[in-house]
Amino acid sequence: MSVQEKAPRRQGRYTVVFPTAPRVLGAASVVGPMEGRGPLGQLYDRVTADDILGQKSWEQAETVYMVDACRLALEKAELAPDGVDVLVAGDLLNQMVTSNVAAAQLGIPLFGIYSACASFAQALFQAAVLVEGGFARHVLVATASHHKTAERQYRYPNEFAHQRPPTATWTVTGAGAVVIGGGDGDGPRITAGIVGRVVDLGVKDPYDMGSAMAPAASDTITRMLTDTGTAPEDYDVIITGDLGELGTKLLHELTAQSGLPVSSRHQDAGMLIYRPEQDVHAGASGAAGAAVVFASWLLPQLADGHMQRAMVAATGALHSPTLIQQGGSIPAVCHAVIVEGGRGVGA
Amino acid sequence: MATEKAKKQYQTLVKQHTPPRPIVRNVVAAFVVGGLISVLGQLIFGGLTRLGFASKDAYGYTGAVLIGLSALATGFGVYDSLAKFAGMGANLPITGFANSIVSPAIEFKREGYVMGVGAKMFTIAGPVIVYGLASAAVMALLRWLLGGVGR
Repeated sequence: MSVQEKAPRRQGRYTVVFPTAPRVLGAASVVGPMEGRGPLGQLYDRVTADDILGQKSWEQAETVYMVDACRLALEKAELAPDGVDVLVAGDLLNQMVTSNVAAAQLGIPLFGIYSACASFAQALFQAAVLVEGGFARHVLVATASHHKTAERQYRYPNEFAHQRPPTATWTVTGAGAVVIGGGDGDGPRITAGIVGRVVDLGVKDPYDMGSAMAPAASDTITRMLTDTGTAPEDYDVIITGDLGELGTKLLHELTAQSGLPVSSRHQDAGMLIYRPEQDVHAGASGAAGAAVVFASWLLPQLADGHMQRAMVAATGALHSPTLIQQGGSIPAVCHAVIVEGGRGVGA
Repeated sequence: MATEKAKKQYQTLVKQHTPPRPIVRNVVAAFVVGGLISVLGQLIFGGLTRLGFASKDAYGYTGAVLIGLSALATGFGVYDSLAKFAGMGANLPITGFANSIVSPAIEFKREGYVMGVGAKMFTIAGPVIVYGLASAAVMALLRWLLGGVGR
């Protein structure tokens, strides 16, 4: 692959553009039974019958979700694990155990990343950089989360009796994986990306991540629109990760204040995953959320021409129970990439 | 770094848009379920005294039966659903206290009986026990200062 030495790679203050537009070669999603009963149930590649998957612990089950999603995505891209140069993976657990163990099982060199639920967009961005720069031919991106591992690490034991407030979100059980490569051919391509600034406006309620993340989402989306000289209407969808109901309202308010209101084009992945009668309160969250919606819902629409251009702005609440106990607040970040569909994009 | 003013402004915005907690619904559900658990306790107590236990002993046994029932319900994964509906109505009775000890014991069994069950069992109930004992000691001290003990 030829690297275009002179092509400018930056646009505006923070946005990075990819002149050769790395291509999505395959993507897959594997989710738990509750997600399978949600509105996108038919679109996922695999819905598991239970969420323990015959493993000894929820953590091990989470790893199985990630490995399965990776293998399915590789199958679609017609690649074997040894044909992949780098795995960029993230999850919500301490020491990124899910990604580490999955990488050990797959035998692919790992870039482990953490930006909570924004990990998926960060991973896509890093994959695009590696492929665009000619540093890798094929990069596998994967993120996973599990409701039960997240609850026991961040909050309470799963069987502990307590009432969650209306702003609480429900961590997605599952994983999504995407193979990014270069070269010609059809298929959705990543044309730009942006690294998010960490924003902390003092939200301290761990049961209200949406409020903590909305300013970061607004910041990143507004900067990307400004940098690229585009308006929200230039996108078929601007999809955030897991703002939930309240976070969505706040994002609409904040972007309206900044003069680039996104409400007409915005969808929140967290609000696409469960039905209202599943009673998860504000919506879905988790590192897998944006990934499974991307693989099952967004990508097919970009591939078949229903959509031309999407901004994937995954949001992450960088929540630390220790920091909260010490009186701190919840910093948040939002990374984003622009994905374009159709033939010959970027070629 | 966001200024204090920006933080204040944003928090006002958050407050404006935050959906209100369904307080009336929660209070009614807590009252009804908490009440029903107490009625169940009363029924057990009545049954025990009818079986011939002295009231003094029956109080302790009633608590033990409720704790056992709550532990079973926690193990079968239904007590947390009850609390989702009833909130404090399920937390406050002794059954809620039992759940707070049994749920971490179940959750952390996979980390082993010493560092898992043993170390984590009282992560939620621990503070209640510590401050319960501390306030009992303070009350006992006050009572002794005000009029002596043993009367």
